[in-house]
Amino acid sequence: MKLDLSGLQSFPSIPGGAVDDLGVDLFAAPSFQLPACSDFDGFQKDAIQMVKPAKGTTTLAFIFKEGVIVAADSRASMGGYISSQSVKKIIEINPYMLGTMAGGAADCQFWHRNLGIKCRLHELANKRRISVTGASKLLANILYSYRGMGLSVGTMIAGWDEKGPGLYYVDSEGGRLKGTRFSVGSGSPYAYGVLDSGYRFDMTVEEAAELARRSIYHATFRDGASGGVASVYHVGPDGWKKLSGDDVGELHYKYYPVAPTPVEQEMTDAPAA
Amino acid sequence: MECVFGLLGDGFALVAADTSAVHSILVHKSNEDKVMILDSHKLLGASGEAGDRVQFTEYIQKNVHLYEFRNGIPLATAAAANFTRGELALALRKNPYFVNILLAGYDKDIGPSLYYIDYIATLHKVDKGAFGYGSYFALSMMDRHYHSGMSLEDAIDLVDKCIIEIRSRLVVAPPNFVIKIVDKDGAREYAWRESIKDAGVSAA
Repeated sequence: MKLDLSGLQSFPSIPGGAVDDLGVDLFAAPSFQLPACSDFDGFQKDAIQMVKPAKGTTTLAFIFKEGVIVAADSRASMGGYISSQSVKKIIEINPYMLGTMAGGAADCQFWHRNLGIKCRLHELANKRRISVTGASKLLANILYSYRGMGLSVGTMIAGWDEKGPGLYYVDSEGGRLKGTRFSVGSGSPYAYGVLDSGYRFDMTVEEAAELARRSIYHATFRDGASGGVASVYHVGPDGWKKLSGDDVGELHYKYYPVAPTPVEQEMTDAPAA
Repeated sequence: MECVFGLLGDGFALVAADTSAVHSILVHKSNEDKVMILDSHKLLGASGEAGDRVQFTEYIQKNVHLYEFRNGIPLATAAAANFTRGELALALRKNPYFVNILLAGYDKDIGPSLYYIDYIATLHKVDKGAFGYGSYFALSMMDRHYHSGMSLEDAIDLVDKCIIEIRSRLVVAPPNFVIKIVDKDGAREYAWRESIKDAGVSAA
């Protein structure tokens, strides 16, 4: 399978060179010196591993009678350091399609934005909206062509098209799965447990949103790399709508309120001598 | 781990594959169809890395269709198998595909045939074959009970025996399997063997 490298081609050098003010040859082919080391392949592998962030997050999505519910936490962590508690992990590709972010934030944001562009171009060229199947296949093919180059993307594409609600899981290893229930990230096993046991196809939007919120909460409770705010979105026939964004710390006390303990003994002042 | 196995019978070929899509310890899906209907009289059962499996088998399928459109006649099973092996071999020393394939087909003049194609572009025409951890159980079961020219009933019985053995002896046994058949009437789904049902799902 050939990669399309036409975007990387450089123009041939003009002899006597076009040079800008800083004396840089404008049309030189992009290049850099290779590091001097004995095991270059091993070095490359290590470099990719170093940059590859673990997918420290919890995202989930499921299809039910009224459409698709998409939910995610909002914590970004670098090893043991929490770099942000307010990351937007649900990306709005277009008014009727959502994508979730797990893995490298830059990779997910960039490629989802790129997907949004491609979807819009499809609409303009074909005078109809692109299906969720088509959009997810576009993304999967792009990610497949960059396989082995260190992209880290674990995303779900959720949307409503002519065939009704659609949900696909797409990842940077090139996998693409159609399904009705997915959870991605380091907290996903915890979320799956709560999600699978509470799931029914015929739920109301409120029940489904509460199930999603609860699943995210339980994942953030047990998984150190997930936390922050549990956002819940709903995708219906008229597009997506954000339903709620609750801090998981507050959710904890809402689900497990602290009962006031009866006071056994009170300390009183000693009588003045 | 993914199991694909297949065998030849009297005027037909069967290919069975597990249907779980797994990511380290998580089962993302238990009804993923891994046996592709290549064309009217060919089946392609594939196991291997996630992206490679779908992308490579779709690439083969589109090329097989293209040949039929261009030339007005469908590719023979042997030709399709050799083409598949050729593509794997070409990519092997550059950008290898990690896909193991069992290609089953029915040709009018030859009858049913089964080809074993592994990820390093080995090609063998076989009566029975298997891939994955399940092969450790399926191969010996088939060696013991198989004979050429089996009836459909006997062949399905043997496939079920293999599935039961895989389920009971393999530590991370896949719960669900799909069985597809190809004979003079074409390639089609024969049955599913499910021990876990996903709530309200459709196969991809």
